[in-house]
Amino acid sequence: MTKKFLTGNEAVVLGAVDAGAEMFFGYPITPTTEILEGWIKSAQTDRNLKYLQTEDETSAGFAVIGAILAGKKAFTATAGIGHVLMQDPISMAENERLPFVAIIGQRGGPSTGTVIYSQQEVNLAALGGNGDGLRIVYSASSVAECYSLSAKIFSTAWRYRFPTILLSDGYLGKSRISSELSRPLKPYPATKILKEEAKKPTFIRNCYGSEPEFAKVLRKNIDDYKNMIPRVAECECYKVVGAETIFIAHGSVAAAAKTAVDQLRERKNKIGLVRPITLRPLDCGSIRKSIKSAKKIFIFESAFEQFSRLVVYKIPEIAAKLIPVFKPAEGFTPEEIVNLISN
Amino acid sequence: MKNITPNCINQNSKPSLFCPGCGQSIALRHLGFVIDEMKIQKKVTLGIDIGCSLLSWNYFNFDTVQGHHGRSIPMMVGFKMARDKRIVLAMMGDGGGYAIGLQSLLHAAYRNNPISAILINNTDYSMTGGQAAPTTLAGEITTTTPDGRDVKTLGDPFHGPELVRQIAKSSAYIARASVSNPIMLEKILTRAIENQIKNNSFSFVEILSICPTNWKTNAKKSFDFLEKMEKVYPEGEIIKN
Repeated sequence: MTKKFLTGNEAVVLGAVDAGAEMFFGYPITPTTEILEGWIKSAQTDRNLKYLQTEDETSAGFAVIGAILAGKKAFTATAGIGHVLMQDPISMAENERLPFVAIIGQRGGPSTGTVIYSQQEVNLAALGGNGDGLRIVYSASSVAECYSLSAKIFSTAWRYRFPTILLSDGYLGKSRISSELSRPLKPYPATKILKEEAKKPTFIRNCYGSEPEFAKVLRKNIDDYKNMIPRVAECECYKVVGAETIFIAHGSVAAAAKTAVDQLRERKNKIGLVRPITLRPLDCGSIRKSIKSAKKIFIFESAFEQFSRLVVYKIPEIAAKLIPVFKPAEGFTPEEIVNLISN
Repeated sequence: MKNITPNCINQNSKPSLFCPGCGQSIALRHLGFVIDEMKIQKKVTLGIDIGCSLLSWNYFNFDTVQGHHGRSIPMMVGFKMARDKRIVLAMMGDGGGYAIGLQSLLHAAYRNNPISAILINNTDYSMTGGQAAPTTLAGEITTTTPDGRDVKTLGDPFHGPELVRQIAKSSAYIARASVSNPIMLEKILTRAIENQIKNNSFSFVEILSICPTNWKTNAKKSFDFLEKMEKVYPEGEIIKN
């Protein structure tokens, strides 16, 4: 453990460097611009780190793919409209099983919308693109987690070969606070995907001659995805034992909900928090266990039916007890959550 | 006397996926001869686009990646940055290069990224059945210009290499060749690859090609139309004004 005074975006860069990332391609966009700038700053002193500020996010994404094919841990960071453009390379990576890594700083709505905060990019991250959403999506809830998950996602991506995305937002990315950073696990190594052997060339494609030929590829990808779930899905279950009311939230909202749980517990309310760390796939086993004694389940999200749809689809028994609280593109404070429960 | 097929061609890719008489397979064959002649098969990595270029996904015996529409260039720019000793080629059609991916072509040229981009110009979008392209000739009938391309509303035929030349560094090699002139085609492809190796600079080659399927032409009429194209799009190295 080391204590550092840094922003979430700085923590992301540090995590990526500690994970052995070597290349970054991106285009400036609020609230993740500081990841591009921070990477370039690190590259000034570390000659192993390379980067290119590309002409747009699509190009950034495909350049990431090129570097990955060469066996480098490469990544991008984007948000909003850039995230929309990024769906084309992420879809390619999803279908060709490339370990694409992206940090998404969620912002509100299309175009400029609002540039700092929302949780409206869950659908895009988890299910965007022309495929079935065989992606791994993490959501950071603190600056410390911006670091630890940024380091972790490279290993997840390279081990399982699915695009791996870390969701954050501008509140996390731009808040500078003192955080305990835990030492990441030993990074999973990257290897050349194009093997450079003329006698046995590697051919990678997203074009198939028939539906059955493509279906065979997809069946294997879906099987691999299902097998990966128990090894990757994770969830923080906080004070859930015996809890009669359960909050389910992710990211910055979960941080507010956690503080609210502590305050309500002091008032003898039997309340706990379920915080999925991976939104896709969900750790359904832990969530089911945590809601066993719950009479009421609240889902809080800064979006309309994005995160909740992922949860309820996988765990439909929640629906009968569910009280959803949607605040599209607006944040939650612990106080308002406490008031909501107390009234 | 040359072999009929280049040594670097993957025999398992036969029978060819290209339409009978397709100019792109002629262009690929000459690219294969150049790679044989330069003895660089072990060093080449090829990125290809969507459209008819994707049919070459296993055409050669070297690593080949089929990317998305208009994105073979940025993909191979990223690859080259990671593996600067490799000889990196990006192939695309006139839709991938001059319409959907023009921004990436221009910026790679502008930055002088040391890759060799090769574009097939056959004046139409072939994979989707012969729609108008930026390169469609004035008056040419396609499925989306049934009365012939009207340059008053759709602009003049698109001169890609001349445009790229305006923003590329002087060390960039930019040229146009045609499948009707194989000797010149191979010479130009050789120079484009040499420029990447020796000058660490960007190269861009447009190859004028035939599309008998969508043009609905026989062999003679295909080459007659190609001759017409060559009058609009002059062959040779493009020199900066």
